[in-house]
Amino acid sequence: MSTHTLTARLHGAGIGRGLAVGRVLRMPDPLPEPATTASTLTAAAELTRASTALAATAVDIRDRGARAGGAARDVLEAQAFMAEDPTLEADVEARLETGLTAERAVYEAFASFRDLLLNMGGYMGERATDLNDVSQRVVAHLQGVKAPGIPNPDYPFVLVARDLAPADTALLDLDKVLALITSDGGPTSHTAILARDKAIVAVVGVSGALELAEGETVIVDASTGTVTSAPSADEVAAAETTRAERLARPAAPTGAGALADGTSIPLLANLGSADAAADAVAKGAEGVGLFRTEFLFLDAQSAPTVEAQQEQYTRLLAAFPGKKVVVRALDAGADKPLSFLNDSAEENPALGLRGLRALRANEQILRDQLTALANADAETEADLWVMAPMVSTVEETRYFTALGRELGLKTLGVMVEVPSAALLADRILADADFASIGTNDLTQYTLAADRLLGSVAALQDPWHPAVLRLVGEVGRAGQTLGKPVGVCGEAAADPLLAVVLVGLGVTTLSMSPAALSDVRAELLLHTLDEAKAFALTALAANSAFEARAAVLEAQAAQRDT
Amino acid sequence: MTERTALIASSHGLHARPASLFTQAVAKSGAKVTIAKAEGKAVNAASILGVISLGIENGDTVTLSTDSAEATSVLDDLVGMLERDLDAE
Repeated sequence: MSTHTLTARLHGAGIGRGLAVGRVLRMPDPLPEPATTASTLTAAAELTRASTALAATAVDIRDRGARAGGAARDVLEAQAFMAEDPTLEADVEARLETGLTAERAVYEAFASFRDLLLNMGGYMGERATDLNDVSQRVVAHLQGVKAPGIPNPDYPFVLVARDLAPADTALLDLDKVLALITSDGGPTSHTAILARDKAIVAVVGVSGALELAEGETVIVDASTGTVTSAPSADEVAAAETTRAERLARPAAPTGAGALADGTSIPLLANLGSADAAADAVAKGAEGVGLFRTEFLFLDAQSAPTVEAQQEQYTRLLAAFPGKKVVVRALDAGADKPLSFLNDSAEENPALGLRGLRALRANEQILRDQLTALANADAETEADLWVMAPMVSTVEETRYFTALGRELGLKTLGVMVEVPSAALLADRILADADFASIGTNDLTQYTLAADRLLGSVAALQDPWHPAVLRLVGEVGRAGQTLGKPVGVCGEAAADPLLAVVLVGLGVTTLSMSPAALSDVRAELLLHTLDEAKAFALTALAANSAFEARAAVLEAQAAQRDT
Repeated sequence: MTERTALIASSHGLHARPASLFTQAVAKSGAKVTIAKAEGKAVNAASILGVISLGIENGDTVTLSTDSAEATSVLDDLVGMLERDLDAE
């Protein structure tokens, strides 16, 4: 380099504690919508262009599939078929007759099939993103520009993007990704969840991330949430040494979760199927803090039988003899509708008939599920706790616990995801045996920011003092009444926030198994008094950003002394 | 024009994987085949988007048509395929 570039440090929310040094690869921005201006060529000439681009795209996609292998190969093979589909080509041809350019006709034809699939919903609706991806690739080919989507170079890289969609990450070659940096999205974004799950170094919500240049070397330190651009040779060398030291160190402390003063904080796993139980145990889970039962019901036209459910629950419980397993009753949410529970379209599904409300409207489904759980409990040695999703009132709490006890269950609790439930936690916990805080939904409802809407993603941050104050209400009620209070949202997987939650009175933490070791390590660094001091520091802040920064500062001050 | 009807056996209908297997088999046969639901519009049976857009469910009856010289053997194979549960394979 002829000129010396100034080293700059960018900040965001670090996921995990990893460190990476590597070259930046930018995720290309989506192509703009092709203009509707009339073509200067004949329809026949445009059709030749379109057909050539469609065929070339199919070849390219098939090539990538052959290189990727495995599950990605099947996905890409299906995409290649879409590019060479005769009905699509006929549709493009018809649109070209009206004088459109090949770019516009291809764009419109794919869009019309995409809308068709979206209207069909379910599995086909999910394939709609595939059509978007193919459409962009064909248009890019026609315009002679780089195809958007996940780049796939031959060298390891640090991926920089606005945010990643599930369709992007499905095709990401994780072996080549050294780190992820996003400009948008918070600690509960899809990127953050993926990074945590796959143990990839990531810093999300980094302002200025999009100014990082393709090919430049950066240091990504998730433990401090820092991205260093244009680092000096000394800094790179120091980072490489630190990284080698961390790798050489024995993985992470094992054993039961506890604070530095010995206060026990059981660390549990969030699971979505009985198959994942062995992996959770291997990663040190002391039980299950959230078992999602939706998988039993997805794609089903009607609820499975008591016997079918009982078999699955028995498999799960058998993997945790003598351990606590918290099962959540079916949670048909705004983002995961189930037609047999609620078939009516709602203007605001997050505020509609969901969670316990939907179960109550279909009580037989709830009764069958609780019966299957009670039967599985009788056959196994695990300590089964059952909780209701999205409870908003004391009356709903009483309804659920009474029904559960009637059907033979011993320990019944509620999810606290709605501010009303957090505010009345003292009365709710007078009846329920325990509470588990779902921080993702609690944040969405507290800040009135749709979890699924990118434009308000910045508000979806569980560090927000308003959210923490509500967590504190539940923690205080639990301590007064001697009832356990857990957290099972993404917040529990953020090591430093986990310490704050404990300071607010939370007694157990549940997370994706991949996050357990980082949280276990962080808890061991702090006493309960320190955790309480961190909690007060966070509560005194004006924003999520300030709360995180203030606690990071307090943590640094503690290390220096 | 030779026509044959078939009762869809795949548990989730002709969506996703079954649709993909079926359209690939049609393409491999080299014959120009159309598929239609009851009184509905006939679409190119080699087109995955066309077939999916018909929204064919388990238990639906569909009509396959072709002008191919080997109509009988082509349609026998395809009908046999539709009457198996492709989701289970």
